[in-house]
Amino acid sequence: MSKINLRFFLTLLFLFSITSSNAAEKVKLLSPDWSFKGITGKFDRASLQRGYQVYNEVCASCHSMRLLSYRNLGEKGGPEFTEDEVKNIAASFEVTDGPDSQGEMFTRPGRPSDRFVSIYPNVEAAAAANGGAYPPDMSVLVKSRKGGADYIYSVLMGYEDPPANIKLDEGVYYNKYMEGKKIKMSQPLMEGIVTYSDGTNATEEQMAKDVTAFLTWAAEPHLEARHKMGFKVIIFLIILTVLVYFSMKRIWSRVDTEV
Amino acid sequence: MSDTPYVPSSKFGKWFNDRLPLLTLSAHLQDYPTPKNLNYWWTFGGILTFCLVTQIVTGLVLAMHYVAHADLAFDSIEHIMRDVNYGWLLRYIHSNGASMFFLAVYIHIFRALFYGSYKSPREVIWIIGMLIYILMMATAFMGYVLPWGQMSFWGATVITNLFSAIPFVGEGITTWLWGGYSVDNPTLTRFFSLHYLFPFIILGLVILHIWALHVPGNNNPIGIDIKKPSKDTVPFHPYITIKDLFALLIFIIIFSGFIFFSPNVMGHPDNYIQANPLITPTHIVPEWYLLPFYAILRSVPDKLGGVILLFASIFILLALPWLDKSKVRSAVFRPIYRIFFWVLIIDVLALGYVGAMPAEGLYLLIARVGTAYYFLHFLVILPFLSRVEKTDPLPLSISEPVFGGMPKPAMMKSDKKNKNE
Repeated sequence: MSKINLRFFLTLLFLFSITSSNAAEKVKLLSPDWSFKGITGKFDRASLQRGYQVYNEVCASCHSMRLLSYRNLGEKGGPEFTEDEVKNIAASFEVTDGPDSQGEMFTRPGRPSDRFVSIYPNVEAAAAANGGAYPPDMSVLVKSRKGGADYIYSVLMGYEDPPANIKLDEGVYYNKYMEGKKIKMSQPLMEGIVTYSDGTNATEEQMAKDVTAFLTWAAEPHLEARHKMGFKVIIFLIILTVLVYFSMKRIWSRVDTEV
Repeated sequence: MSDTPYVPSSKFGKWFNDRLPLLTLSAHLQDYPTPKNLNYWWTFGGILTFCLVTQIVTGLVLAMHYVAHADLAFDSIEHIMRDVNYGWLLRYIHSNGASMFFLAVYIHIFRALFYGSYKSPREVIWIIGMLIYILMMATAFMGYVLPWGQMSFWGATVITNLFSAIPFVGEGITTWLWGGYSVDNPTLTRFFSLHYLFPFIILGLVILHIWALHVPGNNNPIGIDIKKPSKDTVPFHPYITIKDLFALLIFIIIFSGFIFFSPNVMGHPDNYIQANPLITPTHIVPEWYLLPFYAILRSVPDKLGGVILLFASIFILLALPWLDKSKVRSAVFRPIYRIFFWVLIIDVLALGYVGAMPAEGLYLLIARVGTAYYFLHFLVILPFLSRVEKTDPLPLSISEPVFGGMPKPAMMKSDKKNKNE
């Protein structure tokens, strides 16, 4: 019997492994040692703050992040900018508000409660300004791509000169991690495109890491709380299970059957 | 454990119980004689009840924050994930809960297949169970549409389009299901409404399922009829409750692993892209638990044929008690059936695998062979096997490992009578 049960269990494991890992990537993605991976993974605050700077100075010129508000930048588990820093960041954007009592729309400096201001008024405008390719909103970008953070990082680092046999059209670039190896976004990160306020050397790799970490947080703002709670929940459950196991053994000792 | 009817000890208890015998019911649930040799595959009934309750409770709270509108649904889910207190927890429990629910139900179903739990006198339990399973699939499918991501939208488009294969009325039915000429806001709102309703129908069926179970009592790993109560049984409480609790806790630990440490592995990344009717994803795949059926659907080059096979593959299970006529229930005593059981498991897993792959080349071939075998198993192998298989001798009871139990129910009854005397 136990042999049969074991086989049953193994087949189930097999079912699990094929469904969870179906269709592995053809090109192996770059996989840096992310601080947020693993059971106790956490974000690196300084990296998230630098990542926001990269997003704001580079990505935001095309990509929106419509699901985030400026207040999120100061919340626990995120970049944790101070309250004043958040206010200053928000105030540096012009927000269209209204209508006022005269029925007119007006602009005012942003407040922490405002959503991230998008550079384009709508998807069509964004596509029109970018050669017909809509730069995807970045709020949940990391979760919407197979490979997640590794994939985003790889694409940022995957720009190369195209092999001789590939001819690229105007406005199309070669990127070895993209599907079809073609991308309509020009290489966004070049050494020194950003001057980090904390003095970190802005290499291409550093910026790619920082902005990917920032995007991961943006897609999963409660990741740290989730890891922390999960750790406690599982420890609790294991202790409870052990106690229940011994109670069960005790109760079943009254009958002649093994459990 | 006693045979005497339950009498409440307090005066009020007696007064109340005479008018509504809830206390009798609760006493029955406590004393319910259960075979003492049930293994851990039998703990999944309790686990499934837990899953259903968890889905209903988390779903209830999620529905307080979710907005069923094509323009707002996606953002309202993100609102839950970001701004609702512990909204991320509720949503991840609910979405992973669906997968865990199906994992448990598949183990539960295959346990019934292995130990012959669908056979006389338990046919009605089996049929109600299958109805629950069919409703579960419908509920899960509609739930997957609610976040209004790309896979939600295109999954809904593919599945609802199946009905258009029905001759003459197909197109009309599809339009009626959609509430329009494509999957759109009316589809979303009605799916939400039904997704809210179905779990309560499932709950009702679960009560019937358990009621029907309590008439003949549990089957057991050796599959013989046992006298209840007797040396072969233990009262449900505390023996089975504590064992179910232990198994449930292990299940919850695995469940928690998914919720807290990889909440999105069972979902498709495309569902984090808002639904866009103008962009079709390269591969439209349903959730993992529907993949074997998806493979069957795609294995037929003709749309109507595929749809017929898809529905046949599900509804054939309802007829199982009459397809497998072997009087011996448990596969433990059916050496040949046991082999075919494992072949069926491999077949279903293979179908699930190719269901996730593009329907071309070798994958398509495997899907076709797998589909053919699936029907062969139920329509040919089982009826034939029950006629020719030479089964191993059955023990007389659980406690006494003496062979002499009879595969013929009529003889079993007389055997029981003898023991009673």
